[in-house]
Amino acid sequence: MTTFLQDLHKIDDQTGHFGQFGGRFVPEALISALDQLEAEYLKAVIDPKFNEDFQNLLKDYVGRPSPLTEAKNFSKHAGGARVFLKREDLNHTGSHKINNVIGQALLTVRMGKKRIIAETGAGQHGVATATAAALFGLECIIYMGEEDTVRQSLNVARMKLLGATVVPVTSGTKTLKDAINEAMRDWVTNVETTHYLLGTVAGPHPFPTIGRNFHSIIGVEARQQILEKTGKLPTAVTACVGGGSNAIGLFHPFILDKDVQLHGYEAAGDGIETGRHAATLSGGTIGILHGTRSYVLQDENGQTLPSHSISAGLDYPGVGPEHAWLKDSGRAFYHPITDTEAMDAFSLLSRTEGIIPAIETAHAIAGTVKLGKELGKDAVIVINCSGRGDKDVETAAKWFKLT
Amino acid sequence: MSSIHQVFEKAKSENRAALIAYLPAGFPTIDGSIAIMQEMLNSGVDLVEIGVPYSDPLMDGPIIQQAVEVALHNKTGINEVMHIVKEVSKSGKPVLTMSYWSPIEKWGIDKFAKQMNQSGGVGVITPDLPPDESAAWITATDENEIDRVFVVAPSSSDERLKLVTNKVTGFVYAASLMGVTGTRSEVSSRAAELVNRVRKHTQLPIAVGLGVSNSDQAHEVAQFADGVIVGSAFVNVILDQPNLKDSIAAVAQLCKDFARGVHKG
Repeated sequence: MTTFLQDLHKIDDQTGHFGQFGGRFVPEALISALDQLEAEYLKAVIDPKFNEDFQNLLKDYVGRPSPLTEAKNFSKHAGGARVFLKREDLNHTGSHKINNVIGQALLTVRMGKKRIIAETGAGQHGVATATAAALFGLECIIYMGEEDTVRQSLNVARMKLLGATVVPVTSGTKTLKDAINEAMRDWVTNVETTHYLLGTVAGPHPFPTIGRNFHSIIGVEARQQILEKTGKLPTAVTACVGGGSNAIGLFHPFILDKDVQLHGYEAAGDGIETGRHAATLSGGTIGILHGTRSYVLQDENGQTLPSHSISAGLDYPGVGPEHAWLKDSGRAFYHPITDTEAMDAFSLLSRTEGIIPAIETAHAIAGTVKLGKELGKDAVIVINCSGRGDKDVETAAKWFKLT
Repeated sequence: MSSIHQVFEKAKSENRAALIAYLPAGFPTIDGSIAIMQEMLNSGVDLVEIGVPYSDPLMDGPIIQQAVEVALHNKTGINEVMHIVKEVSKSGKPVLTMSYWSPIEKWGIDKFAKQMNQSGGVGVITPDLPPDESAAWITATDENEIDRVFVVAPSSSDERLKLVTNKVTGFVYAASLMGVTGTRSEVSSRAAELVNRVRKHTQLPIAVGLGVSNSDQAHEVAQFADGVIVGSAFVNVILDQPNLKDSIAAVAQLCKDFARGVHKG
C-alpha cells in the first residue's frame, strides 16, 4: 500500500526538471544540503510515522480539512457560475503557507538541524515559519524586504511575538526577491546547522517538488469535497500566482483530470504595458533566478527587473518552474490582473460573502469574475481562497480612502 | 598548454603561488575598471577575473554587492564587459570573466563563449553553474577554446569533487570557507583540508578564494595552494579612495603586498 505522501508524489520528476524548466543553479557549497534535503524527503515520504505526524498536525494544529464554501451571492457577479471557495484562509496562521511549513519543519527535525531561516513577502510565510519554529523549538530568522516590513507591519509584530528574529533587507529592491538573496547568503554560510525553509515552489530542486507535494493537500481535499457537493469534477480551478505555491497545491491533484481547466492569475500591477507589474508568466521571458530556470522578469543582460504589485506576496519577478511547464504545455492558463481589478474583487468578496480575502487571493477572485462570465452559469469553479485579508486592512483602508 | 596553465607553471618555477585578482567590470567606472586591472597586472598580479555585474549576487557579501551596484548604475552590460576584456587582454596576461549563470544564459551561451574568445579572454568562472547543468556550456567553451573554472566548497563530498574537477579545464576554484565573499580576519582552517582533498582527484592547479584579505593570509594560503584569489580587499581600498588616481595607487600598493605574500616558505 502506498502512503499518503507517496500518492501526492505520483506525477513526479526525479531530477527536478519540468521539461526545460527547474534544475539547480546554485553554488557548489549548497549542493550537499540540497542532496541531504532530497534524500531525507524521499525517506520521509515512505515512512509511516512521518506521514502520521504530518497528517495529525494538519488535522489538529492547522485545522484541516479546510472547508469548501459555496459563494452563492458572489456567483451572480461571476456570470452565474457556481463558485466554491477552498478556505485556506481558515487555516491556523491565516493562509495556505502553513501546509508546506509543517512538512518542512518536520524534515528539519529529522535532519537534526536546530535553526531555520525563511524569506517572506507579505509575511504569511514568515508567520507560518515562526509558528512552526515555536512549536518545534527551533531558532528562527526571517528575512523580509524593508519595504514589505512597512506595508505588512502587523505580520512583523506577529513574527516577533512568536519568538522569531525579523531581519529587514535593505539591498536591491528591498522586497521579496532581495529577501531570498539574503536568506541564500545566510544559508550558504550556515548550511550545516540550518534549514532554509523556502516558502514558495521556486528555487533549486528539490524545493519546487517538496513545496508542491506538501501543498497538494489543498487540491486533494478540494477534489473530494467538490465531488461530494456536486457529484462531478469542477469545470475550472483558479488561484493567484506569485511564486505559485497555493496555485500548484490546488492544480496538481487535477492535472490528470484533463477536462478540468486550470487558471492562474498573476499580479499585473499598474498593467503589463506600463512595465510596473509582477506578471512573470504573462509578461516575462525564460531565464534563471534564485537557482531555477523558469519565466522571469529580466533584461537582455540577464539582470532581474524590478516587479510591482499592491500585493507584497505576489511582488516577485520569478515563478515556480512547474507553472512555466504547465503554461508551455498548454495544460494551465495564466492571466494578468491589475491592482485595481484585484482591489475591486477584494471589496466584492467582502461585501457579498462576508469574507475578506488577502489581496493576493483577491487576484484569483477578480480572475474568477471574468472566467465565470466566459464559462456561464453551468460552470462550477473552485477558487483557492489562499489567505485572509486581516494583514491587508491598512492597505485596503488607504486604497478605499476609509480613514 | 593554455595560458592559464602557463601562469601557474611560471609561478611554481618561482617557488610561489599565482596571484589572482577579482574586480567587477564597470567599477568604479568602465574606464576606471580597465585602468585598475591594467595596473594590477603591472604590479604583480598574474591573472585577473573580471566580474560580470548581476542584479542578484547571492554569493557576494556587502563589499562586492556595493561595487556591483555601482557597476550596474554605470550600465555595465555584457557588451561593456567584452570591451573591458579586450582592453585588459592587451597586457598579454590571461583574462577570465566570472559570471553568475543568469547573464550568460540570457545573453546566449554560445554567443558569450564566442565573444570571450574574440575579445582575447581565456576562461570563464561560473560559480552557480553546477557541472550537472553544464552540458551546453561545455560544448560552447570547448568549441571556442575557453577554459572552464568551477568552484568547489568545503561541503563538497569526494564524489562531487570528482564530478566537478572532471569538467574543469582551467584551474579549480576552492572556496576557503562556507559563506559569501568578503574580508575575514583569518584564513579558514578548512581551506587546506579542501585543497588536499581536491588534489586526490585532479592534476589541475588549485586556487583558493573567499576571505583572503591581506598579505599574511595570502602567504598562509600560498603554502598549500597553487593560486591565491583576492577580491573584496581590492574593492574595499577602491571604495575608500576619493578618485581614480588614488584608487590606482592604492591598488598597486596592495598588489605589491600580496605579491610578496604569495611566496612559498
